[in-house]
Amino acid sequence: MNEPITNADALSPSKGLFQERWDILKRNRMAYASFWFLMFLLGLAILGKVFTQFVVVFDPKVVRLSEKFLPPLTTFTSTLTPKEDAPTLGIYLLGTDELGRDVFARMLEGTSVSLTVGFVAVGISLTVGIFFGGVAGFYGRMKLGFLTVDTLIMRFVDIMLCFPTFFLILTVVALLPPSIYNIMIVIGLTSWMGTARFVRAEFLSLRDQDFVIAARSQAIPEWRIIFIHMVPNAIAPVLVSATIGVATAILTESSLSFLGFGVQPPDATWGNILADGKTFLFDAPWLTFIPGFTILFVVLAFNLCGEGLREAFNPKLRSAP
Amino acid sequence: MINFILRNIWQRIILLIFISIISHAIVHLAPGEPALVDPSNPRMKPEDIQRIRTAFHLDEPLHIQYVYWVQDLFTGELKSFKDNQPVMGKIWQRFLNSLPLFLIGTLITWFLAFPVGIRAALNRDSMFDRTSTFFSYALISIPGFFLSYLCIIFMVKTFDVPVIGMQTFGLEEAPLLFRSMDRVWHLTIPALMSAIAGTAILSRYVRSQMLEVIHQDYIRTARAKGLPEDQVIYRHGLRNALLPFITMFGLTIPGLIGGSVIFETIFAWPGMGRLGFEAILARDFPVILTLNFFSAVLVLLGTLISDVLYAVADPRIKF
Repeated sequence: MNEPITNADALSPSKGLFQERWDILKRNRMAYASFWFLMFLLGLAILGKVFTQFVVVFDPKVVRLSEKFLPPLTTFTSTLTPKEDAPTLGIYLLGTDELGRDVFARMLEGTSVSLTVGFVAVGISLTVGIFFGGVAGFYGRMKLGFLTVDTLIMRFVDIMLCFPTFFLILTVVALLPPSIYNIMIVIGLTSWMGTARFVRAEFLSLRDQDFVIAARSQAIPEWRIIFIHMVPNAIAPVLVSATIGVATAILTESSLSFLGFGVQPPDATWGNILADGKTFLFDAPWLTFIPGFTILFVVLAFNLCGEGLREAFNPKLRSAP
Repeated sequence: MINFILRNIWQRIILLIFISIISHAIVHLAPGEPALVDPSNPRMKPEDIQRIRTAFHLDEPLHIQYVYWVQDLFTGELKSFKDNQPVMGKIWQRFLNSLPLFLIGTLITWFLAFPVGIRAALNRDSMFDRTSTFFSYALISIPGFFLSYLCIIFMVKTFDVPVIGMQTFGLEEAPLLFRSMDRVWHLTIPALMSAIAGTAILSRYVRSQMLEVIHQDYIRTARAKGLPEDQVIYRHGLRNALLPFITMFGLTIPGLIGGSVIFETIFAWPGMGRLGFEAILARDFPVILTLNFFSAVLVLLGTLISDVLYAVADPRIKF
């Protein structure tokens, strides 16, 4: 009598969708390592924010003109600089820059600022992209005058794609007053087109499926159908490309910093530490190498992680186990 | 076919008009005016600012300004705010400088990316595949200017390659052969640097495209017929894998303007990207707008060419 139950026990326990994807991601060692690296970085960014702004343990703003260009791991021995300006632990972990500021403290501050720029920019681009893509996919057949909504929105996407992105960002950032928010908004508003196309394509296939028709038959309001029922089903590929989008945004910010239009001092980001450091490439190479390799590793981790997620969520790309 | 092309051109012209209107609005509505670039200059009196504004039609309503701009653009009368030179002449001169950099960069990209991508796809999960994958991700992830600086230190010390400008100073009178060799020598590093990121991205695409193709039935059929492996890969496989790259090729054309700002700044190369950058700094609206306009034209031209080529190359596409 207990026979069927034992049979069922012999089978491997059923896994949820998320668990299954997670296991696939785990198998890709580089992506898995990148994922944990990014988690660690996120923790570091929060700690960095706390320790440089609220409980000032590492002060990135202290200027010590007698302590310029000290290489990494120099101990604090100066007699000219007042004691209270000494770095925590009495050691410059990553050296000092052209104003004698502690590079370690600045990098720590930059971690949270750079990641914020990346995440907020991607957040904006996701919001705009999901909105336009969703409207184009869901209300596509509706007519406005002689054009359908779909034509109207997708032509607009085409127009946006025709602008040379970096040039457009540069134009707007250079003309607007310099502020960290403008940079996030501009990067976000120039990168939503891919998301909109993804979401529209997904919506076109979702909108005639049974669960949507069932939801409609229950007279659920349309915004609820779109955002509660359909968006979660279309979100996976979008989130994957968002991971890579964060990487792109960090790179764009550093390119803007290089041209002098990035986040302005006194806010430190990896991009502007790198851009400022390049002037002293021969005298103080650590000012270039530390932020440069940090950006390289972090962006690499975002890319590998995104690629691993893409593989996990797209069975076609998976290699045979 | 003719109908298809005509309809496409028509649609693109309409798009172009909208693009020009939007970019005109963005540039003019953003704060900052040519008259305000140097606010601390004591010799700039309010009357002067007023005179500048009148001369550049900056007092007119936006749509009138737009009409002025279009009119000047098509009669060739458009003058730069900064130095009163004709915009078309300036852009053409910079275009001639950018073109060799772009062409050599593109050639390097395509000639490197295909062999690497194909080899990685054929030996999937081999050492070569893993290394090339890792390096392409690393090269995509590194900020372009950081890599360029590393490269400059290394290359200049080792090979004595010039990294600034387009020619050696004082060589203007030299025979043509010397001048062209000098130009090629100056091109090496900037072209290589601007090609690197593109190579990394493109080789990933080639790899995934080849992987998709070599599992198709017709490849198995070709192998079953006993064709030599080279013929299977390059005639049956590669030709089918090439199709999406027609689109990619069309999309590289606008890189001529937008993609080169950073590299032209690093290597002091007087090209179009730099022209745009300088124009932005000087609030030189006619130059910014015209460059934006041309890059939009290039994008649309690129997609048009790739659409047509696609239709020519793939017999499955019908009109």
